[in-house]
Formats: sequence, C-alpha cells, structure tokens
Amino acid sequence: MRPQARNWLLLAPAGAWFLFMLVLPLVVVLVFSFGERGPAGGYVPAFTLEQYLNLPARWTAFKNTLTLAPVGTMLALLIAYPLAYFLAVRANPKWRMMLLILVIVPFWTSILIRSYAWIFILGGRGIPSLLAMVGLENVRLINTPFAVLTGIIYGYLPLMVFPIYVSLERLDKRLLEASADLGSPPWRSFMQVTLPLSIPGVATGCMLVFILLMGEFLIPAMLGGGKVFFVGNALVDLFLQSRNWAYGSAVAVALVAIMLLTVSLYMRFVRRFSDARDDVSLM
Amino acid sequence: MSRKSDFISREKFMQELRRLEKGSVTRRHFLGVTGLGAAAAVLGATMPGLMPRRAFAAGDIGDRVVLATWPNYHDPANFEAFTAATGAAVQVNVFGSNEEMLAKLQAGGSGWDVFVPTNYTITTYVDADLIVPIDTARVPNYDPAAFEARFAAPGTVDGKLYALSKNWGTTGFCVNSKHTGGVKVETWKQFWNMTMDGFSGRTMVHDYQLTTIGNALKYFGYSFNSIDPKELADAEKLLIDAKPHLFAINSDYQPSMRNEDAWMSMCWTGDGKQLHTDLPEIEFVIGREGGEIWSDFYAIPKGAPHLDAAYALIDFLMTPDINKKEALAHGYPVADSRVNAMLPPELLNDPILYPAADLLSSLEFGAAATLTDPNRAELMARFKSA
Repeated sequence: MRPQARNWLLLAPAGAWFLFMLVLPLVVVLVFSFGERGPAGGYVPAFTLEQYLNLPARWTAFKNTLTLAPVGTMLALLIAYPLAYFLAVRANPKWRMMLLILVIVPFWTSILIRSYAWIFILGGRGIPSLLAMVGLENVRLINTPFAVLTGIIYGYLPLMVFPIYVSLERLDKRLLEASADLGSPPWRSFMQVTLPLSIPGVATGCMLVFILLMGEFLIPAMLGGGKVFFVGNALVDLFLQSRNWAYGSAVAVALVAIMLLTVSLYMRFVRRFSDARDDVSLM
Repeated sequence: MSRKSDFISREKFMQELRRLEKGSVTRRHFLGVTGLGAAAAVLGATMPGLMPRRAFAAGDIGDRVVLATWPNYHDPANFEAFTAATGAAVQVNVFGSNEEMLAKLQAGGSGWDVFVPTNYTITTYVDADLIVPIDTARVPNYDPAAFEARFAAPGTVDGKLYALSKNWGTTGFCVNSKHTGGVKVETWKQFWNMTMDGFSGRTMVHDYQLTTIGNALKYFGYSFNSIDPKELADAEKLLIDAKPHLFAINSDYQPSMRNEDAWMSMCWTGDGKQLHTDLPEIEFVIGREGGEIWSDFYAIPKGAPHLDAAYALIDFLMTPDINKKEALAHGYPVADSRVNAMLPPELLNDPILYPAADLLSSLEFGAAATLTDPNRAELMARFKSA
C-alpha cells in the first residue's frame, strides 16, 4: 500500500467521526437557526432572520456567562497555579504521585453528586450556621453568583492544575540555575524564566476551563437556584421546555460564534505574550 | 447469563430504585435540567442486563417494557411482580416536566412503550399524531364505569380513548407555620405579598411555566390558564418584582423546605403530604383563589417497540389490587372507585390529599393552550433570566 493511501485509511475513522458527529450537526443547527418554531414546538423550515433579531431577549444569559466564565477561569487559574507549582517543584517526589491522585479523586464521583453536596455546605445549615456562631447572622451563600463561582472553581480546578503541572514539571532546572548564577533573585527568576515557560500550560488550562464554562448549565442550575441563568440554561429551556428549536439553534450559533471569536483573540494574545515561540503552539 | 449474576443485578437495580424513592427527589422535579433524569435513564438502562428471562404467562410479550414516568410514582415491588409474571423487565425513565416528555417524543425515537402524560397535554399529543388510541379489549382490568369522569375524561379526545386515568392531585403551596407569626395563610395573594415582605429570600417557585405563571395569574384573580397578553403582562410584572425576593426557582423544593432554607414553596399534593407527615409545622395550602387540579394518565406513544408488553403493563397496573399497592406507595389519590374501596379511611379522609369540595371547585385543570403557547414560554424565560 502506498504511504499516502495508508495515511488516508488511518485518518478515515477520525475524519468520519468529525464529519458526522461535529460538522453535520453544526450544519443542522445553522439551518434550523433560520427556521421557525412549529405551532406545538419543534421546527418548521423557513428562511427568516427573526430568531437572530430576537437574540437580545437572552442578553442576561449571555451577560452572566460572559462575566462568570472568564472570572471563574481567572480565579481557577489563581488557585491552580500555586498548587501546580507546589506539586511540580516543591513537593517531595516521594509524595508527588499521591498528591496528584488526590487532585483527581473528586473526578471519580459525578459532578451532580458533588454539586448536591455543595447545596448543603452552602445552605443555611452549612457554612452560614458556622458564621452565625461568630456573630455573622443571616449570611446567604446558596443560590447566589458566589455559590455558582464556588461550584465552578471546585468543579474545574483539576482541569486547570494538570496542564500547568505538566508544563512546570518539564521545566529545565538548569535554566533556573543559570538565572541564579547570573544574579537573579528568586522572584525574578520566577517572573523571567518559570512563568514564561509555563505559559503553554496556563493557556491550555484556561482554554479547557473557559470553553467548558461557556456551555455550563448544571452548576448554575443547582447552586444558583435557577436565579443565575447561563446561556447553557437558556438552551436547555429552549429545547426541553418551550421546544423552540429554531430560536434555540440561533442562540447556539451565537454562542459558538462568540466562543470562536474569544478563543481566537485569546490565542493571538497568548502567542504575542510568549513571543510566538515554537514551543508555545497551543493546538 | 447465569442465574447468579441475574439475581445480583436485579437486587442492585431495586436497591437503586428504592434509593430514588426514599431520596428527596420530588414529583415534577428539576430532573431533566439537573441531569438526574439522565442518571435515572442510565439506571433504567441497566435493566435489560437483568434479562432475558423465560416468560411464564401465556403468550410471549418480549423481555422488556419501557416506561416514562415521574419520580416517586410507583411501587417498585409491583414492577418486580410484573416481571415475575410475564418475563418482561420494566425499564423506568424518570422525567421532570410534561414539556420535556413532549420534547423527547417530538424528537422521535424515544423507545418508550408506556408514558404518563398529564391531562392538558393529551390533545397536543393527539394533534401531533404522537400517541395511539387504547384498545380496551386488551386492557380487561380497566373498567370505565369505575372512574370519576372529572379525572378520566381528558383521556378521551374526539370520542376516542387515548389515555387511562392513573392518579390526580392539586397544586398549592406549603408554608412553614413557625414563621408566619400565627397568621393564617390561605390565599395566593398572601403567598406573593409575604414573599415580597417578611418571607423575602425564603420562598420558592417551580421551574415550570404552567404553575409558576398560573399561580401568579391567580394573584390578580385571572384564570390559571390565561394566555391573554394583558393578563400575562400583569403576571410578568408580579414575577419580576418578586424575583429578587425568591430563594430559588426550582421544582426540587423538599430539601430546602426540610432544612428551613426555604419557608414557603409552590407544592404538589404528594410533596405536601410527605413534608407535613415528617414536619407537622409545614402546612399544605390550596389558594382560596384557585389554582391547578391535575390528573395523570397512562398512554402509549406511536411506534412503541414493545406494544404487547405495553398493554400487559397497563392492564397489570389497572388491576385494582395492584393499583391499591401503587397508591399506598406513592400516596396520590386514585380516580378508580374499585381501588378507593380498598384504601384505608384515614388516607381517603386526609385533607391534603382530598381537599374539601368548596376548595376543589375553584381549581382549574391545565389547558392545552398553555403547553404550546409561545408567549407563556417566553415569559417564563424572561422571568428566569431577569
């Protein structure tokens, strides 16, 4: 078999999967977004921009998603970076594997069950009752944006920790020695050597978390008490409650468009930040 | 498959099902959105693994039957008995709203054999050609004369019988009387006014357009089912004004009521009964202005893959003796006089389950128009995203 034919053959399963599971469904969504809602729900073929013109009706959902997703990503990064740094650089190698496993362990339980646990931790009998003991009465945590952020950070932290850990772990220690030999205090070595070299991990982690957060619906529904409404929640309602497939498709297309735009801007920013080095290829 | 593994997986399934039954999941619960519905579907999907098993009854109806229903709505022991008698395992899919059931059937390929729609949705299913008429010859245990017409009638559309009455109930609200300061709470007007006053941050409403909008309409004395734009605008204003004072918009209100994060919530009969039994200070109220009365049905979707098993299951559940066990397990009222004759009097005299006639008379059945009215759906969406 000629090498080229063999390559195509090996690519065929992935290509077919990509085509049938990703490209074609997206085309369907795009087509539906120009249609109309059937009298009892569903989809009726049409060509109208009505659904797109109606997008402002979901402005709050977009606003909530576009604020809480980046904020959640940033907070997850701020918490994950020191943790990953500790695991990769400072932790005793004897314990490292054990500690890494501890980061993964929560993933063994469904996020649904873990979110339910947070309902009780943040609910009136949880942290607020402890705060009441020290005199802070009537603190409301559950069903607030704060609760949603807490759930988001808790749920997505491992996805941020691992890429950063990998990039820090591969870091060539000799570079740090050289930096020290050339007279850099530790903070400066960190800023000029460690941090730039870990940017690929940071970028990958942020991307993973941000993209997943943009489509999140479970955590806002459970910890936001239905009052913190994400685009994901709007989509669930449009398809499962009001069965407005056309409008739901338009919202989905808008979400994908916003995501493509933010992610490409973000990648350009990261590339520039890391001086477009070869080893910073993100994809 | 060996006998042994058959036995173990069966046990495991029943254990899981009981957990679901005992847990805090409630009727019309937020299942779909939270993903519990998916979890339950997965749970149900373990069922085919238990089988195949030889059928004992005359005639082979296949090895399984798929039932789409609500949480806490059956006696698991009855399903075991059905499987033992017929060889068909009951695969249960649990749902959180009628809208979701309709969405699933509209999308096609649901794989359901029997499902449990509520009165107001049946005409929509008939119009959309999604259900098939019931052949009563195949349900010998169904006796139309035994059913209270008020609850059984919505099963007949254009003279054809499409659905058989399962249970009925009401939608009111539950209130924790520890926090009312002795004030008697008995109207929707009080429900909304208290929410925006002393109960601020303590009230829950359903994540369900029919009841949340319907009970806001009752504040103004409008019909629970109104689709009049002006009346809906009034209801929307009330909902938006009340929203900052709500504890949550969620149909899973039992956990929050139980741990006193919430003091008041829109509430279905069965949940009201369960809450009141465990915590007597939680009272169930039917708003004086009215509200919803509902009845649920067994129906067969078009293209049911196991039609024989579907009829066998419905007939089995219509057997008065079996239905009695169902009622004792879930506690919802039955419209079948043959079953009621067998139920203990304290259940039949319970004021939560069987409200006084004057309260009942003000209640309305949900109207088909509310299910498909795009304005109500959009109003709910605006309320949730406000």
